[in-house]
Amino acid sequence: MGNVRVSLRNPTRTETVQGPLLVSVLLDRLALNRESVLVVRNRELIPGDTMLDDGDEVEIRPVISGGAT
Amino acid sequence: MKCRVCRGPAVVDVRRANANFCPEHFVRFCTEQVSRAIAEFDMLDPDDRVLVAVSGGKDSLAVWDLLTRMGYSADGLYVGLGIGDYSDTSAEHARRFAAERDLHLIEVDLPGEYGYDIPTGAATARRAPCSVCGTSKRHLFDAAAIDGGYDVLVTGHNLDDEAAVLFGNVLRWQTEYLARQLPVLPAANGFPKKVKPLVRLSERDMAAFCIVTGIDYLVDECPMSAGNKHLGYKDALNDIELVSPGTKSDFYFSFLRRAAALFRDAVAESPDHEPIGICTRCGAPSGSDVCAFCRILEKATSQPVELTSRPSREPEAHT
Repeated sequence: MGNVRVSLRNPTRTETVQGPLLVSVLLDRLALNRESVLVVRNRELIPGDTMLDDGDEVEIRPVISGGAT
Repeated sequence: MKCRVCRGPAVVDVRRANANFCPEHFVRFCTEQVSRAIAEFDMLDPDDRVLVAVSGGKDSLAVWDLLTRMGYSADGLYVGLGIGDYSDTSAEHARRFAAERDLHLIEVDLPGEYGYDIPTGAATARRAPCSVCGTSKRHLFDAAAIDGGYDVLVTGHNLDDEAAVLFGNVLRWQTEYLARQLPVLPAANGFPKKVKPLVRLSERDMAAFCIVTGIDYLVDECPMSAGNKHLGYKDALNDIELVSPGTKSDFYFSFLRRAAALFRDAVAESPDHEPIGICTRCGAPSGSDVCAFCRILEKATSQPVELTSRPSREPEAHT
């Protein structure tokens, strides 16, 4: 059992989530659509089947951008 | 999760293709999708001089990167919009990208060269910021491409952008817009040829491409886009995509295959269809006496616009 630190945007904030847990479970727990975000750890993409555990710090990066052009 | 190609560890999934990829083969996948779009829609010739509209965001930097990887001669064009720190930061990303790759970046500063910024333009024109921004950028992109003698203007519109715009146009049956929503607009009536090589790739693909290739893009959203309806359309489409992967792609490409030509023909034959003339102020092609850009400019600067030093363009010159 450990804590995973999660950085989010819009608004910018940090949350701590109890691990271990899969990236896909993390997104479900945060009610985030996997089509709209990527998860980054140490500047590298990590897929949904990655297990997160104590000491992990991940960034949830939104991918949606742009107005009417 | 294993890479579809090499069976090594995958880092990204592309659910509409029912595929996962390692970094190396994801870059190859993206390159193949761009190459396929270019061929399918006759976007570029190998010897074309290409101008890429660059914002500092993921899509425009990714398409510039992809085109140069593929051997195209491509310069960048950055337009400073005067949106405070956001514009300063976006310019830094564009300049750094170009400098690191020894690419040529052209810069146009809207406040410095035309006397207004997007917040002021939106307030004085009483229009949404995204609308004023879009009108201003399109005008300046077109002018830079024509004046610079480029064969093609490239924008970083991706599958999500096109699907969201299509969704909005269908909701309101905007037939004029539906007639023009194509991945390639040929050079005509004084406008440059415009192409969208990323139409086969999603917004998520492009963010992933930037991360795996180390492209340092501006992640933050434009502060003026809050409440933008197209962002809402993207969210709605992604809710559908989550339960039905491939829907966005089917929606957009089925439109191109089955419906786009019908709208184009109907609009061309409509008695309401306005022929393209020339703006009496700046000489740019326009459907009215004064183009939309000059109308914003006049309101934002509170003075009539005089003819610029840029030579007027004849509508037939680039057909």
